[in-house]
Amino acid sequence: MSTTQWPLWEVFIRSKQGLNHKHVGSLRAPDATLALENARDVYTRRSEGISIWVVESANIHATDIDDADSFFEPSDTKIYRHPTFYEVPDGVKHM
Amino acid sequence: MQDQALFEYVLRLADDSLILGQRLGEWCGHGPILEEDIALTNISLDLIGQAISLYDLASELEGAGKNHDQLAYLRFENEYKNVLLVEQPNGDFAMTILRQFFFDAFRLPLYEALMQSPVAQLAAIAAKSVKETRYHLKHTSEWVIRMGDGTDESHERAQAAIDHLWRYTSELFFEDNIDEQLQERQLVPSLKGIQANWMETVKAVLSEATLTIPTNNWKFEGGRQGRHSEHMGYILADLQYMQRAYPNMEW
Repeated sequence: MSTTQWPLWEVFIRSKQGLNHKHVGSLRAPDATLALENARDVYTRRSEGISIWVVESANIHATDIDDADSFFEPSDTKIYRHPTFYEVPDGVKHM
Repeated sequence: MQDQALFEYVLRLADDSLILGQRLGEWCGHGPILEEDIALTNISLDLIGQAISLYDLASELEGAGKNHDQLAYLRFENEYKNVLLVEQPNGDFAMTILRQFFFDAFRLPLYEALMQSPVAQLAAIAAKSVKETRYHLKHTSEWVIRMGDGTDESHERAQAAIDHLWRYTSELFFEDNIDEQLQERQLVPSLKGIQANWMETVKAVLSEATLTIPTNNWKFEGGRQGRHSEHMGYILADLQYMQRAYPNMEW
């Protein structure tokens, strides 16, 4: 990638009070202030949100896709970790 | 017509918004980066939205049964009353941003003052538009500061844009008997106070941007009376083509 490119930023938007910020996409901007303004213009033109976070993509640490086997697979075989072996008593609603 | 002066006043506001909106729209698909392309066309759409509300009010005041499209698309060049600043070509990105910055710094205090107008519809349009305009001014100020205090090239381009556009800025505060009449009736604010506010904003932002205000006082005026620069005819050719080729078309 050319070094003259502006850094990449990840954009997170909270759609309404009480909900979590959710990742919606990414964009380029020279600094945090303009990243927020660009996010406002690119991602919230149709009342999508009430709060925006931007994080420079370089500051995000992610799991390696090649490690996915050892990272995530073991939990699939341990069904006893899921709370599915209880009888739900009559009268309990919304379960 | 009941109130010729108020009609003219609202038309001037509407034409400023429409022509600047049309100019910014030319950036669509040509922005320096995708994000800024969208930002500029967002501002353009805000301005055209404001123009629609203002033309609706103007047509009501005129009482001639014309709708906003007829006012926007079917007048002759000398019937448009926008200032010369808004019809100036986009130039480079610096020129577009500085033109917008000078305009926003004028429009924000004007709308803030018009929110107090006893003309209820005008106050309502101002109240709605003031939020949009506050964001436009924030966005353009950020860019002026970054270009002025950026690289040698961006500084040079921003200063060149200021030096070129400065001659069109005094017309923003042009007042004639229409303004005086409405000010006497206490319907609209005096532009003297707006100008002081504008100068304060411009000085603060340009000084942070390490840019300088030109010392020459060469001025261009005429737009408010319908005397436009050579660029206006080309804008109108683009703007009016569809409505003249397909009368009464809507989409």
